[in-house]
Amino acid sequence: MWAILWKDLLLELRTKERVSSLFVLALLIILVFVFALTPEQLKQPAFGSALLWVALVFAGMLSIQRAFILEQERNCFAGLLLCPIDPGQVFFAKFLSNVCFLIIVEAVVAPLTLALLSLSFSVSLLGLVLVLLCGIVGFSALGTLCAAIAVRTRAREIILPLMLLPLLVPLFIAAVNVTGALLAGEAWTGTWFRILVAFDVIFVVTGWLAFGFVVQE
Amino acid sequence: MKTVTTHSDLVDSFLPWLTCVAMLAALAMVFLYVPNERVQGEVQRIFYFHLPSAWMAFLGFFIVAGASGAFLWQGKRSADLLARAAAELGMVFCSLVLLTGPLWARPIWGVWWTWDPRLTMTLVLWLIYAAYVLLRVFAGDTETVARYAAVLGIVGVIDIPLIYLSIRLWRGIHPKVEQMAPEMAWTLLVCTGAFVCVFAWLLRLRLRSLHLRDEIRALRQHLVAAS
Amino acid sequence: MTQRTQQTSWVVEARNLHKTFAWTPVLSDISFRIVSAEVVGIFGPNGAGKTTLLRLLAALLTPTSGRLTLFGSASSELAVRRKIGFLGHESYLYPDLTPEENLTFYGRAYQIPDLKGRIAQQLEYVGLQDWRTMPVRYFSRGMEQRLSLARALLHAPDLFLLDEPDTGLDPRAVSILHATLAEAKEQAKTVILTSHDFERTRELCTRALILHRGRIAWQSEATLPSPQEFVELYTACTR
Repeated sequence: MWAILWKDLLLELRTKERVSSLFVLALLIILVFVFALTPEQLKQPAFGSALLWVALVFAGMLSIQRAFILEQERNCFAGLLLCPIDPGQVFFAKFLSNVCFLIIVEAVVAPLTLALLSLSFSVSLLGLVLVLLCGIVGFSALGTLCAAIAVRTRAREIILPLMLLPLLVPLFIAAVNVTGALLAGEAWTGTWFRILVAFDVIFVVTGWLAFGFVVQE
Repeated sequence: MKTVTTHSDLVDSFLPWLTCVAMLAALAMVFLYVPNERVQGEVQRIFYFHLPSAWMAFLGFFIVAGASGAFLWQGKRSADLLARAAAELGMVFCSLVLLTGPLWARPIWGVWWTWDPRLTMTLVLWLIYAAYVLLRVFAGDTETVARYAAVLGIVGVIDIPLIYLSIRLWRGIHPKVEQMAPEMAWTLLVCTGAFVCVFAWLLRLRLRSLHLRDEIRALRQHLVAAS
Repeated sequence: MTQRTQQTSWVVEARNLHKTFAWTPVLSDISFRIVSAEVVGIFGPNGAGKTTLLRLLAALLTPTSGRLTLFGSASSELAVRRKIGFLGHESYLYPDLTPEENLTFYGRAYQIPDLKGRIAQQLEYVGLQDWRTMPVRYFSRGMEQRLSLARALLHAPDLFLLDEPDTGLDPRAVSILHATLAEAKEQAKTVILTSHDFERTRELCTRALILHRGRIAWQSEATLPSPQEFVELYTACTR
């Protein structure tokens, strides 16, 4: 498992294409929203949190797809399957590498979003980090499973969002609500946060168990 | 093997008739027997088709999940085809819910659509069904894709409680069925029965056509190999 | 008792293997046994199911039905994979990593002890020690194939599977491959290779199978037939 994770990170270090393209895409999405909304709307915490998550979900989809596309060239995924590695471990490696990339991207994009929308920075920083982390974990878990499926079909660019987005509904609603509460300076550790954590736990376990069915032929 | 064929032949011969009778009875009850609802009037009669459709959409989802589990467990083609047929039917009934809902909502709520939890839930369900059906369309018909679809079907069912919970907390104005007049309850019961029959019959037909398609493919390959 | 010990010494035991793809049979009723130190050639025309059979043996595919036992345990067991080396049409190498990094990745996945030394040894074996820090993307096809050979042999497998080694290899790779096979024979390792060219492969093999339309059409006895006999057999089987 660590071998795969090490290899994914090394590949990224070599090409730097994944993180850089994600970063630019996230910024572009935010830019599009800024143009679409009025200045008054932008100041509302609810819009800020929505924006943050829309950018994360779409950039994340690109990232998760890259994780499997880079295995497709020279059919490396088959090479991976030759190795005595349990499919569950392959899942965790891919999941963790994606979590790493999204953390790196969000570490820049999240503060940048707050600054661009001139939202107050006086929010609970710990809370914000925690919520982003929970969102990234849940997204990556379900995303890894779906991308492993999508990448080996025709029209994978379409199939991935089609599968992933409806399944992400609970994560998205919960994350936007928690972040909104955080940005507005309200209590955020309520039911929504618990739903977010439940989503994470459920889909990390599901992905780990179901991955064997997805990778074998 | 032989008993199985005669058994399913029996089902095939009486299911269409049962469906016809049940459907006629349901229509008669909806339009002739059941009285107008006090507040909503005539429009409320669509409810007798709306609600059973929603139940069938859910039923379809659980058949998909069950058949998917069975397929991952044993790898039988029939389980895979059952999941596929149930998903297609589930999507049809889900579409019916989404069509009959606004027809009712327009005169009663004054809008075609509101983001009420059950409406939203049905829409999300429809989208998951759509992804499932499209995955099978885009990815071709192989064992691998069957396994992908089965995983997706099961993940979808695992996700449903979470989706429901989150949408429910999000907002809500859907009418709750409180006290029903006995006539209304009877009508709803008959309609549900009729919808179960329609569902079962369509499922039979779809399954048979899928199995026949397999047979045709096998025959074609046989022909090519023999030439 | 003797029966028992013999059973466990089979490297490959296939019993009634079936494999379907897109719900149509690709392989049907495949049964054979291979003991160690054999070099088995699987012959057959294109589409006979040779590659599918080899991928089954590599545990890349799971049989639809039937039993496949490798080194005495089911082919689905992870530990068995450590004993298998597979060289296919694709190199399974990451183009943006260097040879050293590629081999380090696979070596860690196989948990090879003293990995650094082993990698250096393997790179020298395939003559790529001077290229160890250049990304594989810049390699010529022959170099990539040699590196792929090093990847497949990195964990010193007891069973070596080769898919059509006589097509697409450059002369240098072929000579390395022949040396490898000779060495494998000496060390009593087992080799299974697919080919559609009997003449070029015959001297390597100790046994041969002919596959046609997903079935074993013919299996050789202890001694191989002469080239002429084989050609007649082959045309008779694959008609």
